[in-house]
Amino acid sequence: MFEYAPAPESRDIVDIRPSYGLFINGEWVDSLGDERDKTVNPASEEVLAEFTLASEADVDRAVSAARKAYESVWGQLPGRERAKYLFRIARIIQERSRELAVLESLDNGKPIRESRDVDLPLVAAHFFYYAGWADKLEHAGLGADPRALGVAAQVIPWNFPLLMLAWKIAPALACGNTVVLKPAETTPLTALAFAEICRQADLPPGVVNIVTGAGATGQALVGHPDVDKVAFTGSTEVGRMIARSVAGTRKKVTLELGGKAANIVFDDAALDQAVEGIVNGIFFNQGHVCCAGSRLLVQESIETELLDALKRRLSTLRLGDPLDKNTDIGAINSAAQLAKIRSLTEAGEQEGAERWSPSCPIPDKGYWFPPTLFTGVAQSHRIAREEIFGPVLSVLTFRTPAEAVEKANNSPYGLSAGVWTEKGSRILWMADKLRAGVVWANTFNRFDPTSPFGGYKESGYGREGGRHGLEAYLDV
Amino acid sequence: MTEPSRLAVRKTYKLYIGGAFPRSESGRSYVVTSSKGDFLANASRASRKDARDAVQAARKAFPGWSGATAYNRGQILYRVAEMLEGRRAQFVAELVDADGVSARKAGELADATVDRLVWYAGWSDKIGAVRGAANPVAGPYFNLSTTEPTGVVAVVAPQGAPLLGLISVIAPVIVTGNTCVVVASERAPLPAITLAEVLATSDLPGGVVNLLTGAAPELAPWLASHMDVNAIDLTGCAAELAVTCEQQAAENLKRVLRPPNATPDWLATPGLDRMTAFLETKTVWHPTGI
Repeated sequence: MFEYAPAPESRDIVDIRPSYGLFINGEWVDSLGDERDKTVNPASEEVLAEFTLASEADVDRAVSAARKAYESVWGQLPGRERAKYLFRIARIIQERSRELAVLESLDNGKPIRESRDVDLPLVAAHFFYYAGWADKLEHAGLGADPRALGVAAQVIPWNFPLLMLAWKIAPALACGNTVVLKPAETTPLTALAFAEICRQADLPPGVVNIVTGAGATGQALVGHPDVDKVAFTGSTEVGRMIARSVAGTRKKVTLELGGKAANIVFDDAALDQAVEGIVNGIFFNQGHVCCAGSRLLVQESIETELLDALKRRLSTLRLGDPLDKNTDIGAINSAAQLAKIRSLTEAGEQEGAERWSPSCPIPDKGYWFPPTLFTGVAQSHRIAREEIFGPVLSVLTFRTPAEAVEKANNSPYGLSAGVWTEKGSRILWMADKLRAGVVWANTFNRFDPTSPFGGYKESGYGREGGRHGLEAYLDV
Repeated sequence: MTEPSRLAVRKTYKLYIGGAFPRSESGRSYVVTSSKGDFLANASRASRKDARDAVQAARKAFPGWSGATAYNRGQILYRVAEMLEGRRAQFVAELVDADGVSARKAGELADATVDRLVWYAGWSDKIGAVRGAANPVAGPYFNLSTTEPTGVVAVVAPQGAPLLGLISVIAPVIVTGNTCVVVASERAPLPAITLAEVLATSDLPGGVVNLLTGAAPELAPWLASHMDVNAIDLTGCAAELAVTCEQQAAENLKRVLRPPNATPDWLATPGLDRMTAFLETKTVWHPTGI
């Protein structure tokens, strides 16, 4: 491996306050309770800031502010005016994208290369895309007079903090709803920075409210009787709880949950491209991706050849400082997530799969896990069934296309899948048979605001992105 | 002395599972009466086991039915309409008995039922065009979203509207390729079983529609908690039962269609909601290049 000199992005560009309140009705306010927590840089365990664990009363205030803003301002505003606010927000995000990328990498642990080149461009693009819809909803094919729902309660995960915020807030606002959003407790900082962006954009108070906190805050928000819409991205376990809790209400719900995607490589695939796709599929964002290609299904005849090439490629991955522009694998987001990855990989070994990692120096401080590959994996193994949400790839083999489909679909999840073959008709046949919401053929982990995303089966329901994403926020 | 009048040959009303007409495995039946209280028939009272058999039949039928061409599904639904039209008089008589409506009103409902099927039949090869999309992504990729059926759908049919309401909840589920297990109106189940006879003679593959008669409060929770059911339509559930079922449906994240706020006007032309509630969107990406 070539030696590279360190090329760190400067962190001086971000200005993190020592302590944050809640963003309610356009103002920074203190909690009515007194619970607080600290968010740390997972690459160094250094405390970045203190933030509020919003209480039920805080959530109630935020929902009231959103309701008032919906009824008095936002719900009355013509679509073209809402559009201009969203365009403004998109522009401010572009203007501040370097700062936001650094902040995201600091709080989340993802490599700056990814926050700079993937997350932030997609965040701005998402606001641009839905801004354009705001005054064209009657042309969306969802009926002649689609109306806003009201107040949206939105709970997002820690893996793509600002991007998930964009996926939630942009369509909600474009459709005329107001929102109360809760970022994840390990990554609140970019959502709090977004609150400042709303102020810079002169967004009317109460249209966007940000309440930080953990599970209890999320529960209070989702369960609040005055919200009309619940949007959640996160684990299937929490998704189930939410689905249960909204029973008997008129709340509209969309859930984007876990996955255990199969990435299927046929013997006629372009091998080097497939290797890149496999690496991108599972090691992008340290594998903290719900649609990660965590099960590699390789046709038996090319198993050895593919695994040799894959191992060679993994040996060139650089793990370390997320702010270094050469870094490929950043830090695991939290100690809890690291413990979960360790426990599942230990189960993998105990159940008889063979573990391999490239030799890879691990920094002394922070939460890290080397890129890891398991061979000899059976479908019954926990590492082939459960979502690990880390840089861990389980390798299985198949002989025929039908067997590949059978194994790929043998999962309660159905979020995404990958297919690698040079044969067009086989791609289309596979795409047809795979029970998954997104199928990447000869590519993987591509996202775009115009493209609907969401799962089958226990990966949740509803779609985000594209014209389909509007339906989640409209009464049609 | 007058000739004794001929004694009618009555029909035994059974369940419809996997294309066959079994009695309930439980051996149970219940008395169905007309709106005036006269005895009409002993209908089968389906059990938990019948519900599970029906889910199995629906799952077995899913690959074939969802894999059939949209043109073929449309033709079969149209065929169901043809068969129903041919039995119009029988349905009118059953509706008069079951619902206590006038013969004229019953005729209107039977006609609307046929027309509803024809309406949905035409959607089979159009819903994909209306709900799909070619998405202009910012990169060198072909990106296409298409609709696919959700899978096995449990349907609790409306308690009133035993024929028009029933067809209005079944047709949108199956036209897109789903298969279903339907709990018919408890009070007026007989038109449902006669409908099953129509389905059985309409080229509709066995198992695509499975009809259970019996008590919704007994059957619906089993279907709502069944791990091989992908979605549930709670239209015919009373409020409390609907809440229980929605809670149970969360276990495997079934798609849930809640009961309507007010009694629907089944004669009104439907929207797309009942189809889209049981459709998934699949998006396929492929790079473009040479």
